Amino acid sequence: MKELRLMKGNEAISEAAIRAGVDGYFGYPITPQSEVLEYLMLEKPEERTGMVVLQAESEIAAINMVYAGAGAGKMVMTSSSSPGISLKQEGITYIAGAELPCMILNVVRGGPGLGTIQPAQSDYFQAVKGGGHGDYKLIVLAPASVQEMYDFVELSFDLAFKYRNPVMILSDGAIGQMMEKVEIGEQKVRLTDAQVKEKCPWATTGKDANRERNIITSLDLDSNKQELFNQKLQAKYKEVEANEVRYEEMETEDAEYIFVAYGTSARICQKSIELARAKGIKVGLLRPITLFPFPSKRLMELSKQVKGMLSVEMSAGQMIEDVKLAVECNIPVEHFGRMGGIIPSPGEVVEALEQKFL
Amino acid sequence: MAEKITNNDIVQEENLVYKKTDLLTDKSLSYCPGCGHGTAHRLVMEVIEELNAQEETIGIAPVGCSVLAYEFMDIDMQQAAHGRAPALATAIKRLYPEKYVFTYQGDGDLAAIGTAETIHACNRGENITIIFVNNGIYGMTGGQMAPTTLPGMKSSTSPYGRDVETMGSPLKMTELVAQLPGTYFVSRQAVHTPSAVRKAKKAIKKAFENQKLKKGLSFVEIVSNCNSGWKMTPNQSNKWMVDNMFPYYPLGDIKVPEE
Repeated sequence: MKELRLMKGNEAISEAAIRAGVDGYFGYPITPQSEVLEYLMLEKPEERTGMVVLQAESEIAAINMVYAGAGAGKMVMTSSSSPGISLKQEGITYIAGAELPCMILNVVRGGPGLGTIQPAQSDYFQAVKGGGHGDYKLIVLAPASVQEMYDFVELSFDLAFKYRNPVMILSDGAIGQMMEKVEIGEQKVRLTDAQVKEKCPWATTGKDANRERNIITSLDLDSNKQELFNQKLQAKYKEVEANEVRYEEMETEDAEYIFVAYGTSARICQKSIELARAKGIKVGLLRPITLFPFPSKRLMELSKQVKGMLSVEMSAGQMIEDVKLAVECNIPVEHFGRMGGIIPSPGEVVEALEQKFL
Repeated sequence: MAEKITNNDIVQEENLVYKKTDLLTDKSLSYCPGCGHGTAHRLVMEVIEELNAQEETIGIAPVGCSVLAYEFMDIDMQQAAHGRAPALATAIKRLYPEKYVFTYQGDGDLAAIGTAETIHACNRGENITIIFVNNGIYGMTGGQMAPTTLPGMKSSTSPYGRDVETMGSPLKMTELVAQLPGTYFVSRQAVHTPSAVRKAKKAIKKAFENQKLKKGLSFVEIVSNCNSGWKMTPNQSNKWMVDNMFPYYPLGDIKVPEE
């Protein structure tokens, strides 16, 4: 029988982590995601599954614990919110550079600087374009419901281990804090150390007599080798782009205009579609579920059908750059967004559509 | 004329007086001739060999001169971002409580950029070993002032000598962590003479054996020389170390568990 619970997004992701058989969580408190560490501490996952939960001295320490746990072949994760995610960028680029699998949750709040504790989507560039130094990409998932906060835990670890690449769940303060009905999955058993050795022959699990030592590093002082490694990384990202694009469409069949929106903005646009269609404006929604890889091909196809696209984001306009690149100037692309922790109303979005296109 | 003696004539079992541990790889060390790192590496690897723990040990290399430690140590290793080694070791030990886990760090790494990670790993009493090589300078980047640089000591970023009024006093990290309830064994050693090497090895061995007791963190500082960074010959640097470093960083056990 299905188990249903009413949960906050931050709680759902924590329960999902325990049930997915995650080996370790390393975090540091910051609003609006502190419920993750609180829930995990309350649930005693050490007793439930043997999962390690540790409150680190800083976000920097936490992400470096994730680097090490991932390097040792374990399923490990961290979570934070915007200012804390900025601190984690050093560790994230090392993780990408050492090709390690892990999950990082960002429950985004308004910035820049200390900003506000209210929801925003202004970390898109940081999440999708790299964030730290060097040429690297995260696989970025954007949940639009508490159920997706739950479901994306397993998905992110599947992708992380498939590509040996860090995966970021780019959520926001609204999805993290709001309560919705969640269908809870089965409890999975954590892998044994022997299973980890088999699954991750590259990991630092202790040097067996029958193999060379394993080294986890992102350093190669030989520039020729470093360039070859970079080419290998880029080839991996191409493979991710070819295989892992995920998106959802609503009422695009007869649409003359398209909202492009992810996460909380996509939820708002659902209502905006209703309001606009009641007025006779044929509008649909393309919701990217993966922000990297971005659903560029589908947007290109839609650009041959519609008259214009409105990128709706709780930011000054970041994703709009990828939408514009995707449609190659076939049609006008405009942006509507609120900033600083303000969530736009569905009516505001329709007004913006009318103002920009009608 | 007598026949020429070849290497093969000399390298015979009966002539063997010393053998490098198999846990050190055959790769030439990247350290400057005269530097103490090579000896410190050897001691750590000899201890792991004596504990028969090659398969059970995971090491963490820092940023600094020993950034490439994993090239020389034939065990599974991870390379850490600058200063973060104790955070890495924490996670690995928590996820693999039965393994030996150690960090090998210099003074810039451990006592400046990684101060928070060092103090909190010590304070949590992680069951790991920290090997801290203190030569009072940033060696790899070319001899800049470290948190451990002595008062008045010249470096490329304190060209007129360390002025404690504006640059602060050298940080005695080892005495500092000894104050924390989470540390179980804290010792300061050196590797410049055969007798110092013997004492250092004893301390390192104890620091690894302690991991099995699960009573907290073991911390061994090795006061060492940096003849290149100090701009001296190896012999001069060792004498300078004895005359100047040891009075500020006295050798010996600082915190010993009660028997």
